[in-house]
Amino acid sequence: MSRRTYRRMVNLLALGLSAAATAVGLLFLGAVLWTLVKEGVTGLSLAVFTQTTPPPGSTSGGLLNAIYGSAIITALGILFGAPIGILAGTYLAEYGRQSAVSSVIRFVNDVLLSAPSIIVGLFVYELVVVPMGKFSAISGAIALAIIAMPVIVRTTEDMLNLVPRGMKDASTAMGAYPWRTITSIAYPAARSGMVTGLLLAVARISGETAPLLFTALNNQFWSTSLKEPIANLPVVIFQFALSPYDNWQRLAWTGALLITFAILILSILARTVVSKLGAGSRSR
Amino acid sequence: MSSAEALAKQLAGQRLREQIFKSSTLAAAVLVLLLLGGVTVSLLHGAWPAFSRFKLAFITQDVWNPVTDRYGALSAIYGTLVTSVLAMIFALPVSFGIAVFLTELAPAWLKRPVGIAIELLAAIPSIIFGIWGLFVLAPLLQEHVEPWVDGHLGALPLVGALFQGAPYGIGMLTAGIVLAIMIIPFISAVMRDVFETVPDVLKESGYGLGATTWEVIWKVAVPYSRAGIIGGTMLGLGRALGETMAVTFVIGNAHAISPSLLAPATTISAAIANEFTEATSPLYKSSLIGLGVLLFVITVTVIGAARLMLLRLGRRAFGSA
Repeated sequence: MSRRTYRRMVNLLALGLSAAATAVGLLFLGAVLWTLVKEGVTGLSLAVFTQTTPPPGSTSGGLLNAIYGSAIITALGILFGAPIGILAGTYLAEYGRQSAVSSVIRFVNDVLLSAPSIIVGLFVYELVVVPMGKFSAISGAIALAIIAMPVIVRTTEDMLNLVPRGMKDASTAMGAYPWRTITSIAYPAARSGMVTGLLLAVARISGETAPLLFTALNNQFWSTSLKEPIANLPVVIFQFALSPYDNWQRLAWTGALLITFAILILSILARTVVSKLGAGSRSR
Repeated sequence: MSSAEALAKQLAGQRLREQIFKSSTLAAAVLVLLLLGGVTVSLLHGAWPAFSRFKLAFITQDVWNPVTDRYGALSAIYGTLVTSVLAMIFALPVSFGIAVFLTELAPAWLKRPVGIAIELLAAIPSIIFGIWGLFVLAPLLQEHVEPWVDGHLGALPLVGALFQGAPYGIGMLTAGIVLAIMIIPFISAVMRDVFETVPDVLKESGYGLGATTWEVIWKVAVPYSRAGIIGGTMLGLGRALGETMAVTFVIGNAHAISPSLLAPATTISAAIANEFTEATSPLYKSSLIGLGVLLFVITVTVIGAARLMLLRLGRRAFGSA
């Protein structure tokens, strides 16, 4: 075999393998989604949305309390996390653009972005659950807020940086103070990107399980109190999937199907908002 | 009131609002810093009883016994490291292939949908990979893969011990595979981003000399983006080390150090997730928080190093997830 043929063979082999690697990645995505649909659809019925989690072995029951609880703590998590995240991102992009403190904060934020979420659970346990003396919905929401915050800080800063300097300069030249320029010029210009950040943050926290295990815990019954443990989809899925009861396992799969597709739809929605903006494709 | 007075009053109002807005953004930014400090302090506080009781033995002993109230983290550390290394061995080549495919091979119309599909893999919650791993992957491995591994690789000299044992389906091998699937999107996203920063003129010089596509990738693009590739890999490692729910389902939760990859084990995060709400004695709870401290130190070191490497490549262009 000539040197040239050898090189071409190696080239074909390597490129073939990289295509195969991509196929493997897609195959796993397909396999997970297929399993979810196959196992989850059979349990899908109106009762899932109208009844609360059943005792073991019962033939009825649904996930109403878990869906409600998840919605509440996710919404509260974003409600707590978003203002702080947006303000901090604003500081990094506008006021503290060049300062040394900003590079430290940026670095710490990037570390928090990838830090294990179970650590956040332990932190909130020490911070909120121990002083309160019990598990509670509010502590779960705080844990989720801490996980959402770095995502929002990051996207806010990136999106504000995409707003053309000239627009801000024009506002400053008219005599506007920075706060006026930021709230009236920069925020509206970066709005869709910032919305994307929020959607991604919702997607990120709505499936989080580990930090809820020692904060919101779970509740078999209907509860709306923020001071009591609250049912939520991820922890219900965790407990039901590992249980020996048929009806619990079926509900776990149905819950898994619901939560995954909700998150996938959110993620795709977030991406379409960004692509409409045209820029900012880097901030996935 | 004269118009000059009104103007002065309005300006004062503007200045006040500026002050308020500016200081609230600064306060929020500082809160991010405080968060890291707060996590460190509160975890150390919670872990103090265990640390002061066991001292260094906490990380050198592998006894984990709630009955006698003695705790050593060695087996959990071992399981964490082995599953993460396994995950890297599986995930690295696949991620590299995906990055090559997306930057050099895929036609323009395929790039975006395939790229998004891979990214969606990262959006699926950890717990979903857990139940999928337990109910789909584990039986598959138990019936078809592990007996073969035991029979063929287990007989090898020296490394054979790694592959011997009963096919439980759950264990370090299964955890490693599930972790690999979960970190592939993160590593390949960073690799793709750094490959795209390789200047076209460099690649074209390669092609101009008659190099094949693969030679341009391996001899031009890879050396050029080495720091980014290492940074992305370490970012993936940081994820694998701290991943909790998926591992909790498939690791088998046995505080034991076994040479075989097929054996059940536990990891730091899985032990915390499994035992924390059941921990009754204060020392037990404190030891679990101590595990959390270890995990925090390990992951922050790895992730911090990764971020520093990526930072040097130009500010934060890569791997935002």
